Amino acid sequence: MTTTKSPLHAEHVALGAHLTEFGGWDMPLRYSSDIAEHRAVREAAGLFDLSHMGGVSITGPEAGAFLDHALVGNLSALREMRARYTMICADDGGVLDDLIVYHNAPGEYFLVSNAANADTVLVALLERAAGFDVAVRDVSAGQALIAVQGPRAEEILREVLTEDPEISGGTALDDLRYYACLGMRFGDESVLVARTGYTGEDGFEVWVDVPHAVPLWRAFLAAGEPHGLVPAGLSARDSLRLEAGMPLYGHELDTTTTPFDAGMGRIVKLDKTHDDGTPVEFVGRAALAARRESAPARVLVGLRGTGRRPARAGYAVVQPDADGAPGPQVGTVTSGAPSPTLGHPVAMAYVTPEVSAEGTELAVDVRGRAEPFVVVPLPFYRRADA
Amino acid sequence: MADFPANLRYSVEHEWIDDASPATVGVTSHAVEALGDVVYLELPEVGATVEAGTVIGEIESTKSVSELFSPVSGTVVEVNQAAIDDPALVNSEPFGAGWLFKVDVTGEGQLLSAEEYAQHAG
Repeated sequence: MTTTKSPLHAEHVALGAHLTEFGGWDMPLRYSSDIAEHRAVREAAGLFDLSHMGGVSITGPEAGAFLDHALVGNLSALREMRARYTMICADDGGVLDDLIVYHNAPGEYFLVSNAANADTVLVALLERAAGFDVAVRDVSAGQALIAVQGPRAEEILREVLTEDPEISGGTALDDLRYYACLGMRFGDESVLVARTGYTGEDGFEVWVDVPHAVPLWRAFLAAGEPHGLVPAGLSARDSLRLEAGMPLYGHELDTTTTPFDAGMGRIVKLDKTHDDGTPVEFVGRAALAARRESAPARVLVGLRGTGRRPARAGYAVVQPDADGAPGPQVGTVTSGAPSPTLGHPVAMAYVTPEVSAEGTELAVDVRGRAEPFVVVPLPFYRRADA
Repeated sequence: MADFPANLRYSVEHEWIDDASPATVGVTSHAVEALGDVVYLELPEVGATVEAGTVIGEIESTKSVSELFSPVSGTVVEVNQAAIDDPALVNSEPFGAGWLFKVDVTGEGQLLSAEEYAQHAG
């Protein structure tokens, strides 16, 4: 299988990164120690290359109405220079991908998809665009995405980028809220900065045209080093998002899962309306409306390991048995790892509703042995100032 | 190509063994680099009989679980409790404080010299 290389590939190789195939891309798994990279993001800052993420531009007078039809959220109500977490579902309510949508300017939206789903999302959007006065364009190849995440991220960003009211979109960095964005300058070039992330820390995601990606990456590394910034790979990204209780497509989300199953029913706007007040019959609406009213067959929960051995995706969640052997299966682990911040194993799992209450003692079948876990609320980790 | 201690011999499954009696067994720096941060070790118990080339435990990193193979046959006489308690030792000193267990050797599997292992590890 051929893999796509990031515009920053040579930088990763020069930094000694351990590369891995991810969603069809050859991306850094880690540069040195994934635990050290994880801790750097919690305590100082980490620099991530996210250029594998898919990018789609949606422009035209009906862009907002089109997104209301194609996605589960109410994107026509999204203010300019704001971003929103949303999902694209199939007719049966199953999740095709989770997305971030930015509203850049009147009639201009920008949508970010997962690498592995980029083609699926693009095809679905093109199909759903029929009848709308809108242009849907894949702009992944022209843009790189670099994230600076961690408590020192804002200081570092200020050293590398400058504010320019001409391109900011009306916001100052001082006032930039979570899930808001602004245009900034990197030298003479303009970049799009969003206060978003996938780590549970404060941080920024920066869209830059490919020709300027390497200089921007190097500038962040150089400015960040005195602050304790290190380049961080997908391994740290995964353990950070797991501690923060954030779902990962292919683990907590897939086509057999609805947003309600994943505990994300709040992002499904069943009541969104057209300008004339009639309901928007968005793709998946009927199935999702029915799903909202029915009792869930399974519930996404957090599990804290009371032993030392981590649970892994795909392992069975079982009733604890008196003799330490795995009992009857009551669920399946979707993500699991030793938590570097908390010092014990953490996992997310789908379990039957009867065993989903906080404090329920369960076990995970770790290669034939029942390792003890207890149901805890998500997220596992929340930063102090959030 | 990485350098590996010349006084040790190596299995194709990336364990090393010294020539002392009892012999000390560990995993190589090459294996550790591929694994990432080690977080859990499942080692044979003292007194257990191990057979060359068979699975005798597990080494678990943040991202994956790998099987441990014994490079020799014999009886386990000591396990490294310090490494069990702090598996990061395996990352920091795979050829030193991060050793895994000691074994009274009764037979050997296929073992490589440092030079041969370096070629094997590529």
